[in-house]
Amino acid sequence: MSSVPISWYLLLSAVLFGIGAIGALTRRNGISIFLSVELMLNAGNLTLIAYARQWNDHTGQLIVFFVMAVAAAEAAVGLALFIAVFRQRRTIDVNRLNLLQG
Amino acid sequence: MLELLWLIPILPLAGAAVNGLLGRKFPKALVTAVGVGAPLATLLLALGCLWHYAHGSFPGNAYEQVKYAWTTGDLAIPAGFLLDRLSAVMLFIVTFVGFLIHVYSAGYMGHEEGYRRYFAYLNLFMSAMLMLVLGNNYLVMFVGWEGVGLCSYLLIGFYYDQLIPPAAGKKAFIVNRIGDFAFLLGMFALFANFGSLTYHDVLPKIAANPGLVTASAYGLGLPLASFVALCFFIGAMGKSAQIPLYVWLPDAMAGPTPVSALIHAATMVTAGVYMVVRSNVIYQLAPGVSLFVAIIGASTAIFAATIALAQTDIKKVLAYSTVSQLGYMFLAAGLGAYSAALFHVMTHAFFKALLFLGSGSVIHAMGGEQDMTKMGGLRKHMPSTFITYVIGALAIAGVPGLAGFFSKDEILHAAAGSGHWVLWAVGLITAGLTAFYMFRSVYLTFFGHFRGTHEQEHHLHESPPSMTVPLWILAVGAVVAGYVGVPKLLSFGRDLNWFHHWLEPVIAVPQGIEAGEHNIGTGVELMLVLITSLVAIAGIVFAWQTYGGDKGLTKGRAWAERFPLLHRLLLNKWYVDEIYDALIVRPLAMISRFFWKVVDTFVIDGAINAGAFLTELTGDVGRFSTTGNVRNYALYFFLGVILLFWWIAF
Repeated sequence: MSSVPISWYLLLSAVLFGIGAIGALTRRNGISIFLSVELMLNAGNLTLIAYARQWNDHTGQLIVFFVMAVAAAEAAVGLALFIAVFRQRRTIDVNRLNLLQG
Repeated sequence: MLELLWLIPILPLAGAAVNGLLGRKFPKALVTAVGVGAPLATLLLALGCLWHYAHGSFPGNAYEQVKYAWTTGDLAIPAGFLLDRLSAVMLFIVTFVGFLIHVYSAGYMGHEEGYRRYFAYLNLFMSAMLMLVLGNNYLVMFVGWEGVGLCSYLLIGFYYDQLIPPAAGKKAFIVNRIGDFAFLLGMFALFANFGSLTYHDVLPKIAANPGLVTASAYGLGLPLASFVALCFFIGAMGKSAQIPLYVWLPDAMAGPTPVSALIHAATMVTAGVYMVVRSNVIYQLAPGVSLFVAIIGASTAIFAATIALAQTDIKKVLAYSTVSQLGYMFLAAGLGAYSAALFHVMTHAFFKALLFLGSGSVIHAMGGEQDMTKMGGLRKHMPSTFITYVIGALAIAGVPGLAGFFSKDEILHAAAGSGHWVLWAVGLITAGLTAFYMFRSVYLTFFGHFRGTHEQEHHLHESPPSMTVPLWILAVGAVVAGYVGVPKLLSFGRDLNWFHHWLEPVIAVPQGIEAGEHNIGTGVELMLVLITSLVAIAGIVFAWQTYGGDKGLTKGRAWAERFPLLHRLLLNKWYVDEIYDALIVRPLAMISRFFWKVVDTFVIDGAINAGAFLTELTGDVGRFSTTGNVRNYALYFFLGVILLFWWIAF
């Protein structure tokens, strides 16, 4: 079985990260921004795993576990925040959450 | 008893504190009790100390007492008091005259607003003056020196709701400050060389090193003694109103009249003379500076006397006469006749306080009027004031038998004996002028017919006993005070000059008057005394011819019209105030305006405002970045990350 070259993984990862970044910057719905952030995190994870396989070093996989755990925690906190915001403002459109204007 | 010496300056201070800080609710009688009681207690304590000093276990030796030594590092300044023969004389003058003037003030200021404030200031003045006199080192003297300056300022500006007094107070304070600056420099020079300011420490040391020269960087390269003597004398010029710093004293008459009597005639203004006599060791080592002192003194004496000729304000006449008499004192001190200088301080304290209080009594009766051309004929209405005023005038004129004669004669004798005949002639002419202007004021005030309004004439009355009794006591002093210093010539060969011998231990090297006694023979001396007396009497006779009788004012004006230019010059005090205004005040104001308008408002304020403007501008621009929109912040973050990677990669 011919192994998939690492550049493919990296390319996929870069594409995922790009989609995530553009999504995070352009979406107005809070949940969508969240999803985009998750996408970016997982793009990073993919890179780590690709390199771990390339170099036969499990450290990368280990880090991925940490990232997933942190991402889960972040999702929990983030969703809780959005629920709280929604209760207060009846919206989670980030364009309308601009009270901290200078 | 002597252990209580330190209490002498403290008692009036306590009086000032009680009246000034706690006395808001005091009834007037209690204010008077505290205000006059404190000086009385001080006087009694001082007399007790003097008695013990003269009769104690060590008569005539200096008694020194250090209550507290202020030390930091190797700097040690003892807050100590010294009673020696010199300070004993001053102690007596200050407490005695001071007490009488407090009593007088109770009558004079009785109807005035701010009665309590007045007594608080006056007591504070007594305290500072006693500190000045009793200190055992120059720093304690300086504390008193500044203290009396402060009280002088406060009391000149006592009527603070009027226009002139506060300005006069400021003038006094600022002019004095010029002198104080030099006094400080002199103290610095002493301390830099000897590490001490205590008299018994510094004075022998400077006498032991007559060749010491100050570093040219700060001392003009003069010998130390000359430098210090010069600095101290400039200090004395300010406090004792000598040319060119005399201008504040005539203006100081804006204060209440008892203040003029106590501070600006009898005590404070003699502080400079006291300081010079106290530092006589230094002045002995600086003959050049001493001659300078004598010349300044003589110039001041005659200059002020000429101004007094034309003044119509009774207090201004006395003020210029004070300046003139202070000139005499410095003439004596400069010629090395220190005891004569101090003798004149003492006799002058009596007769000038008397004259000022007499003028105060007149002003009181006239309802505040000070212009002599509106007075006249007052002798019928106020006999006590009249008689005592005439006694004072006779004393200051130098009529034989009264105090002023003895002291003035001793000074002129010293001038003649020193061989500086010009100084002697100046002193003699001044004596004649003094007699003339004093009796001009006597005739204008007390003789002829009344020239004021009917209302004023109706109001004329003799002053209450609290005012006339001090007048009589001072009048007695003005007569007898001279007899403690009878010259050898007039005592039929016996040595009765008690005052002179009393001061001998304090005055280092005999010079001047002592030398003079050998220089001129008895015949010449007798002639000098006769000339002096004749000049004084001639001045009085001339004043009588001009101003005596009902037509006094017209005849005086005729003289003025005969010399219009001279009269205008004298009336306007030689335009000295105007000259100072043009040469010093205006340029200073211009420089100040430059620093205000250009340096302060434009440069300093401008720099700060420019900084503020820049900050504001940055904020105005920068606020557009904080939109409050999360996605914008995310974009910044993202751009930042890219920038960071770009920076790491390349």
